Amino acid sequence: MSDQKPLSTGSEWTFEQLKAYDETIGCLAKQFRLDTYPTQIEIINSEQMIDAYASVGMPLMYHHWSFGKHFLGSLQNYQRGRMGLAYEIVINSNPCIAYLMEENTMAMQALVIAHACYGHNSFFKGNYLFQQWTDADAIIDYLLFARNYISQCEEKYGVDKIEELLDACHALMNQGVNRYKRPQPVSAAEEEALAKEREEYIQRNLNDLWRTIPAKEEPKSKAKQRFPEVPEENLLYFIEKSAPLLENWQREIIRIVRKIAQYFYPQRQTQVMNEGWATFWHYTLTHELYKQGFINDGYMLEILHSHTSVVFQPDFDDPRYTGINPYTLGFNIYRDIRRICENPTPEDREWFPDLADSDWLDTLHFAMHNFKDESFILQYLSPKVMRDMHLFCIEDNEVNSFLEVNSIHDEPDYRTLRQSLAAQYNLGNTEPNIQVYNVDIRGDRSLTLIHTMHEGRPLEPGSAQEIIKHLHYLWGFDICLKSVDQWGTEKEVYALSG
Amino acid sequence: MSIIIDRRDRAGSSTGKKSTVNRQRFLRRYKHIIKKAVQDSVDQRSITDTDRGDNIHIPNKDLSEPIFHHGQGGKNQRVHPGNKAFHKGDRFSRPPAGKGQGSGQGAASDRGSGVDEFVFQISREEFLEYVFEDLELPNMLRKNLKSTTEYTLRRGGFTSAGSPDQINVVRSLRSAYARRIALSAKKRKKLKALQSELDSLKNSNDPEDQKKASALKLQIEALEQAIKRMPFIDEFDLKYNNLIKIPLPSSKAVMFCIMDVSGSMGQEIKDIAKRFFLLLYLFLQRSYKAVEVVFIRHHSEARECDEEEFFYARETGGTLVSKAMDLTSQIIDKRYPVSDWNIYIAQASDGDNWETDTDICRKIILERLLPRVQYFAYVEIANRPQTLWHTYQQIQDEFADYFAQQRIRNHADIYPVFRRLFARRSG
Repeated sequence: MSDQKPLSTGSEWTFEQLKAYDETIGCLAKQFRLDTYPTQIEIINSEQMIDAYASVGMPLMYHHWSFGKHFLGSLQNYQRGRMGLAYEIVINSNPCIAYLMEENTMAMQALVIAHACYGHNSFFKGNYLFQQWTDADAIIDYLLFARNYISQCEEKYGVDKIEELLDACHALMNQGVNRYKRPQPVSAAEEEALAKEREEYIQRNLNDLWRTIPAKEEPKSKAKQRFPEVPEENLLYFIEKSAPLLENWQREIIRIVRKIAQYFYPQRQTQVMNEGWATFWHYTLTHELYKQGFINDGYMLEILHSHTSVVFQPDFDDPRYTGINPYTLGFNIYRDIRRICENPTPEDREWFPDLADSDWLDTLHFAMHNFKDESFILQYLSPKVMRDMHLFCIEDNEVNSFLEVNSIHDEPDYRTLRQSLAAQYNLGNTEPNIQVYNVDIRGDRSLTLIHTMHEGRPLEPGSAQEIIKHLHYLWGFDICLKSVDQWGTEKEVYALSG
Repeated sequence: MSIIIDRRDRAGSSTGKKSTVNRQRFLRRYKHIIKKAVQDSVDQRSITDTDRGDNIHIPNKDLSEPIFHHGQGGKNQRVHPGNKAFHKGDRFSRPPAGKGQGSGQGAASDRGSGVDEFVFQISREEFLEYVFEDLELPNMLRKNLKSTTEYTLRRGGFTSAGSPDQINVVRSLRSAYARRIALSAKKRKKLKALQSELDSLKNSNDPEDQKKASALKLQIEALEQAIKRMPFIDEFDLKYNNLIKIPLPSSKAVMFCIMDVSGSMGQEIKDIAKRFFLLLYLFLQRSYKAVEVVFIRHHSEARECDEEEFFYARETGGTLVSKAMDLTSQIIDKRYPVSDWNIYIAQASDGDNWETDTDICRKIILERLLPRVQYFAYVEIANRPQTLWHTYQQIQDEFADYFAQQRIRNHADIYPVFRRLFARRSG
């Protein structure tokens, strides 16, 4: 223990202290090579935190009833003491915006600064998915553009029409992302200018697509008349570009929802990595603060107490169990990577020959930069973590009358167990694979979608039927959604005509 | 280096209350459900409790925002933590549907079994808004176009007489200018003629002409002086803004609340009557700015009283409904001239009255009240029609637009009856 005087000792925080902690933690973070966007820390109260929750954490969101629903729900739960609030919300933007609650104690604020302003922030800046798919410089401006555009539409066309459109878009939001084709990031200013240009272009091309006058030369072979030429996985994109009856402003709003869905797509793919990373760093940085004497025993105890509840993982048979805690899983893997680098066992040397005895910071940063949850787990989940967490996999196959334990945390199951867990974080498996298959462009303009079943898993019929209605609203003509199994056999058809 | 900003909600701060609009959107979308819940809630409340906010329950299925997700079936593998005793290949029976299954990726709320409810709170203001939505006092008229108590002044052209503060400067100067042009026309014409004569003499060296010229100059000078002497502004030029007095139509209204407190009114019946009037009172307070309320209690005697006494006094006696009608009529005579006031009467009674007195009532209502009131609402708190009901029925048949009666059997009827009596009428 050094003779450094603690930065503070009381539980109340002040702005001077926040500044001092932020500077100290920032220096330590630099020593650990955490590269971050500049941070804008905003102190808010609990009601504002619930506000922020409600509009998916974004500082400037367009208006919609479902945000109001979430707000009322959270408020009620919070007031009844049924729910604690997150201590922080961080936004992937440059500067990175972090909301801290005024109710936090000073020790908590220190933890949260380490977690959000240096953990999440460096993840946003470093991870390849965020680098490639999101533009932190532009998002706030884009949201501002989006909100203004939508509120102008509300004034012009009435709130009801916009609400109906947004409801439909939200239902398809998860099917509104490009998984492989990366869009160019566009700044808000360009976006506004392009919006107009786009309007004209789309209308021109649409007219071509839906031309009713026969072309001079008949196409040579009938088989070539497919539209779209190849199945389209981005349903919102397809509707934005090809739905025959939409007004241009409707296309623009679909585009806005699609862009926002795309912006959040990397977050959905890196939950374990991102939360684990932030947790690892608040843990490491606050320990460093303690070691160097910047905080006292009392602070450290409080921080450890919070940390423990963040990474608390109830067992599968505990009534509190709701699934694997991403904070815990991520934190355990990162900490294990450090352990493997610094103190490898023979088992580690066999499993991770490249990691053992390497520089732990190099290795850790590499892991953060170059993976998403699925590949991260596949690459780094060690037998030790599987054993520590007592992981096991249950298979539920509808052809059997029973459930079966398919692998446990023991040889020779480690690899299959790890694969199962990784697959669980592959959005391609967990979300239904639905694609636009065909449009009857010479006939009734009906739209056919194919749901390719994964492992024979059907769509949940109630919500599917609801979404068909939304699709019908957007498309304007008959809709047919077919569930097809791996052999191409039609299993279920959801249709709406008229 | 970080920037630290204090964004805590100070009144009017831009980040605060972002959800206000979203909240309103939500309430708007579920209006019909909220309205129903509010009505149910009003029925169950005690008198003093009618005007606070409330919890609203909405079934989750009505709120769901569908997203595509997997249903039951097919092959699922799921990794869980906390294995204690399982070995590979262990088998066990499937738990009953909906229990014990790991929830899917974030879609759990969409799979609610339908009994789940979304609960939230609305404020007192919001609550009352739903309680009294689409209600109004019928037949409200803008009274008083003839007799004059209130006026507004409106500009109406100009006059040549008025008070100095109403002088219209532009008009007055314009008028002065016109007068000067008109009155000086002859002189200026002459001046012009002299001027041109002078000009023609200018180049001549003839001494005769010189003499003539100087005479002309004198004449011109005199004329110019005369023109100049013309008054710049004359009393005659002054123009005043004309303000016209216009009688202001008024929509003042008075509500007579007449409650029977005779011995035949049991505690339960009185309670219902009070609740009815309380609802009426809240409605008036909330929806109308300038409505006066006159409280009248009656048994064998009728008496005007204040709000406190009306709701809480205990004195009682026999029944003579006509006394209350008579008192109402007198008060109208004295304080509420028909030309100025929209007059409303709400009467609550158990309907029990002397046969002879009921005839008197009918007479007063038909001759002295109905011709002067906008609307007469009668509620009878009884299980089957009583004396008053039968008599009033004839009145209602004849004057359906101005007279309405409804029967309240129990607490649950109060609010629906209230809504029926004061429902907004189309057209």
